[in-house]
Amino acid sequence: MTSVLTPTTSDDLSDAIADAARSGTRLAIAGGGSKTEIGKPSNAVRLDMRGFAGIIDYDPPELVLTVGAGTPLSEVESLVAAHGQMLAFEPWDHGPLFGKPAGAATIGGVVAARVAGSGRLTRGGARDHLLRFEAISGKGERFVGGAKVVKNVTGYDLPKLMAGSWGRLAAMTQLTLKVLPRPRASATMVIYGLSPVRAHAAMARAMSSHAEVSAAAHIPKVSGAERSTTALCIQGFEPSVAARCALLVDVLRDHGTLHTLPAAEAESFWRAVREVTPLASSKTLWRIDVAPSTGPAIVDAFESLGARWLFDWAGGLIWLAFDGDAGRVRPAAERAGGHAMLVRAPEAMRTVVPAHHPRVPAVAALEFRVRRAFDPHGIFETGRFLDESNAD
Amino acid sequence: MSLTMPQPDDAILARRGEIIAALRRIVPGEGVISQPHELKPYETDGLTAYRQPPMAVVLPETTAQVSAVMRYCNAQGVKVVPRGAGTSLSGGALPLADAVLLGLSKFSRVLDVDYENRLAVVQPGVTNLAITRAVEEMGFFYAPDPSSQIACSIGGNVAENAGGVHCLKYGVTTNNVLGVELVMMDGEIIRLGGRQLDAAGLDLLGVIVGSEGLLGVVTEVTVRILPRPQTARAVLVGFASIQSAAQCVADVIGEGIIPAAMEMMDRSAVHAAEAFANVGYPLDVEALLIVELDGPLAECDYLIGEVERIARANAAVTTRVSRNDAERLAFWAGRKAAFPAVGRISPDYYCMDGTIPRRRLPEVLQRIAGMSASHGLRVVNVFHAGDGNLHPMILYDANRAGELERAESFGNDILRLCVEVGGVLTGEHGVGVEKRDLMPVMFSEIDLAHQQRIKCAFDPGLLLNPGKVFPTLHRCAELGRMHVHRGQVSFPDLPRL
Repeated sequence: MTSVLTPTTSDDLSDAIADAARSGTRLAIAGGGSKTEIGKPSNAVRLDMRGFAGIIDYDPPELVLTVGAGTPLSEVESLVAAHGQMLAFEPWDHGPLFGKPAGAATIGGVVAARVAGSGRLTRGGARDHLLRFEAISGKGERFVGGAKVVKNVTGYDLPKLMAGSWGRLAAMTQLTLKVLPRPRASATMVIYGLSPVRAHAAMARAMSSHAEVSAAAHIPKVSGAERSTTALCIQGFEPSVAARCALLVDVLRDHGTLHTLPAAEAESFWRAVREVTPLASSKTLWRIDVAPSTGPAIVDAFESLGARWLFDWAGGLIWLAFDGDAGRVRPAAERAGGHAMLVRAPEAMRTVVPAHHPRVPAVAALEFRVRRAFDPHGIFETGRFLDESNAD
Repeated sequence: MSLTMPQPDDAILARRGEIIAALRRIVPGEGVISQPHELKPYETDGLTAYRQPPMAVVLPETTAQVSAVMRYCNAQGVKVVPRGAGTSLSGGALPLADAVLLGLSKFSRVLDVDYENRLAVVQPGVTNLAITRAVEEMGFFYAPDPSSQIACSIGGNVAENAGGVHCLKYGVTTNNVLGVELVMMDGEIIRLGGRQLDAAGLDLLGVIVGSEGLLGVVTEVTVRILPRPQTARAVLVGFASIQSAAQCVADVIGEGIIPAAMEMMDRSAVHAAEAFANVGYPLDVEALLIVELDGPLAECDYLIGEVERIARANAAVTTRVSRNDAERLAFWAGRKAAFPAVGRISPDYYCMDGTIPRRRLPEVLQRIAGMSASHGLRVVNVFHAGDGNLHPMILYDANRAGELERAESFGNDILRLCVEVGGVLTGEHGVGVEKRDLMPVMFSEIDLAHQQRIKCAFDPGLLLNPGKVFPTLHRCAELGRMHVHRGQVSFPDLPRL
């Protein structure tokens, strides 16, 4: 049997999946493979979706873009940028994080993995921008969910389920995304030298102000800089950006002195945050989702154990580079009401520690039933996520 | 009425007394309503054309009671219809003769306001506006603002994924909910999401929002709250044609401006609203736009200027900018009074809710005008222009034989047209019973089967709010056996509801 399938039409894909269902073959749905090193390595047959590539329909004033799921992310981003628009959830390419060249990530891959950048804080994630999809389910059936309009409540919101489904429900062939105008102007204001507690307080104050901050992040000294940097991004039309920057200086006067970062530095700062470059040398990398106020206690505890870290999403996303006892991370996230994903780790660790935070039994059972609703034979269960005993 | 609901189960009806007694053991005191005259207020929701008293109403006060009611009903095969404030425009809370109506009105407390993390935890019976009231003293608001916000509950907003005029900029309910506590049909209590932006695992919260009470009963909701914009200004723009108004909307968005709200009214809506509210709308226009910009003062001033420039470039015949908040609210007063205004020019009206790609607007309004002539009923159009959500209001008189049926038939033609031009049956009101039988216009049987299999994952006995959303009640075992390959449907010929 071949170890890679490369269908290019929905009919071929449907046949391939129906054949796999009959023969009990497991299929690992894949795009460019930029996130293959997440989760337990699998020997499943690779279902390469890059044959479903290309721009299908783009109408900029409607704010709606339809593309093949296997279209490279970089191609989608260039297209919308050329029309003064953007993917507002700021998906990014995981390749470099795993030592691979950039450029392989596909739009289907980033949506299926729910990848979002700093703008997630205020503009929503992949879930909020996926309007419609076409897919082949685990029975080989072609179906659609959602519609090519920005406002729709007709039937269950299946696009929400597909965003973040990690290839476990169905193979998406086509995606319709909501796009937004790219801000005409952007300014980044920073405060240097804040502790985690004070950085959180400054970010919380900024997010509660009229300055309409679009992103807030903090890179501590421990993650390689000379001093910590707390950054706030303000975007929009030029007169508005200028007025809101002035407002922010006033709002944060008790928190520290604000400096405007030059454009090139600002760009590299936000790229570093989004792509986690300050933590690139670590073996083990976690991402912890919590309510922002719980972040400082978590990072203090792990810093004393030798961890490095950074905050995005105003502290609601903690990237934690920690090579110590993995058993400490999830309990800490849980105590804060959140959860932790193991993004990068040595293979030996990935074969025993699940990539996704285990859910309580009732929710795990419900997720299992929902997965079987799309994939009754479990052919998309490759064992990668260590939560299906029959899939290893 | 052309609507067929699931046949009441005589065996359940025969056990009514026993079921009510069991419910009283779970919810003591006045929490169970069973007298016919007391059931009357619950027989309909905001879609008043349909009425059906429930077998009984139960009004629990705790999640444990909700769980016990659901567990009992599940074990006994008794259907449950959840109800929030009863303002659904699609019949989402329409009772069934053999079902228990589960009302969440006693879940009316704001449990926690967490300013540090910019969220509020509330019970489902709290009204939409009460959330804003609870946080406004600290300068925050809850963004989704359906026009029924003074009455509708957040639990109902979650069930219907409610929108509002400001959702163009701030998103609809699903974009503003972080977590829920949910009671499943078997009584299991689970939490989905929390106080962080994303949940671990599948986005089940995403499918709960907008599931119209078919998957579970929400007993607690965590929502995001936002700083209230520093200022808001509106511009009123009149056009000599629908085409130029539609082009103006496209150009505003094409220039990168996402207004807080962008509403359009056609000539008949402008006249009805002005006659009712006397707010000074120009009467010599074919289309009127209200564009609201909010944010810091400098941003509003700049963007108002840009919108005025774009409007002039599209041959606007009148342009008025609000000079103060009173004037801005006056601009809105006419639009917000559109329903009562229409109520004054017609004994009854039927409000539709399709969404279309905006570029098709002139053509769609022209064809609606043609349908109006052929159905012999007048229509008034208001429109969330920024996101393509149409609200045509069909005027009729229920006391005239056949007019309601003609209004429904006209409405169905409008919704079919919305789908034909690439749009959808409902943008914010939900499918409910109203649009249930039109679902096959938009979705194939295979598409619907995938949605119904999710229902089976949550409620395999199909006891929770049956008869809503899906035109055919497939038993879960049948859905599992159904095999479709390459679009070749081999469906058992199942009876329609």
